[in-house]
Amino acid sequence: MNQMSNFTKGLLRENPILVLILGTCPTLGVTSSAANGLGMGLATTFVLVMSNLVISLVKSQIPDKVRIPSFIVIIAAFVTVVELVMQAYTPGLFKSLGIFIPLIVVNCIVLGRAEAFASKNNPLSSIVDGLGMGLGFTGALVILGSIRELLGNGTLFSFRFYPENYTTLLFVLAPGAFIVLGYMIAIVQKINKAKK
Amino acid sequence: MSYLVIFISAVLVNNIVLMQFLGICPFLGVSRRISTAAGMAGAVAFVLVLATLVTYLVQKMVLDPFGIGYLQTIAFILIIAALVQLVEIILKKVSPSLYQALGIYLPLITTNCAILGVAILTIQKEFNLLEGVVFAFSNAIGFGLALVLFAGIREHLDLMEVPAGLKGTPIALVTAGILAMAFMGFSGLI
Repeated sequence: MNQMSNFTKGLLRENPILVLILGTCPTLGVTSSAANGLGMGLATTFVLVMSNLVISLVKSQIPDKVRIPSFIVIIAAFVTVVELVMQAYTPGLFKSLGIFIPLIVVNCIVLGRAEAFASKNNPLSSIVDGLGMGLGFTGALVILGSIRELLGNGTLFSFRFYPENYTTLLFVLAPGAFIVLGYMIAIVQKINKAKK
Repeated sequence: MSYLVIFISAVLVNNIVLMQFLGICPFLGVSRRISTAAGMAGAVAFVLVLATLVTYLVQKMVLDPFGIGYLQTIAFILIIAALVQLVEIILKKVSPSLYQALGIYLPLITTNCAILGVAILTIQKEFNLLEGVVFAFSNAIGFGLALVLFAGIREHLDLMEVPAGLKGTPIALVTAGILAMAFMGFSGLI
């Protein structure tokens, strides 16, 4: 497959959040600010690229029957790496993402790409696929986080745009996450329909 | 902490789905009919309590004494995956009727982040064993409550005229947002 289209499919056409609707738990849970969304997105991208690479390298050694448990162990190993590195170098971010870092293990996007792509393709394509999907995920998280932070807190990446008195607190709280993501997916659906 | 406070906090105030965003995939995926939602809620409750019990014992008796707490994520996910398989096999043998009812939901539960999330939260909150089990059970009730309520709303939503772009997942998410808003009303309870 052409590497360029392999890369871009994750960004738009098959965006994991906005089109495939996978991995909604971290998407909603960590996007109370744009910076949190970016941190979570990059952590997931790292796990996605590394697990895709390793799985596509060892795929011929793994018996078909224990395929899924083996994938999960490989993914969990990289999640542990991310967890320890973030704890050491970005303790603030580690604290605000909280339980959602170990939960990258059960993010459907990571296991989904391992099963659907990395277990069938060569290492290079798998890296490119992981990078595209990861950046698509990151992009959607940053947009969602930016909208929520701007409406709910009046800031963007902690830079203040308008005074606190005019903010709508609802958007940084739980309901805001559901509602903003709902409308984002609605817009993408509308655009996709108009193209056809 | 009293058990009643743990129960009310987990079911209403900090509802696992609507306030903590754990287990959203099954929340959106199997909430089209009340009957399937109830089946899923039952299966989750069963596995959630069992998984929390086993992971708690493993953490306290294996990981902590040997100082290998950093293996928590790997150990827990393997335990949960094995447990789900085990439950499936035992249920098939012991109670075929229950297996018929819960069977199709069991494989989905391994990747339900509510299970791993509650297991890790139980350790983080430093509960003792009984508190942990009560916490897991309360969260299972909270999950079931949110799922069945949401399924009831979605059954009615199917009969409504929804703008083309909002059909399917978007309107479900907006509805979940309004449901979460309703649950915010409980926040003064504790």
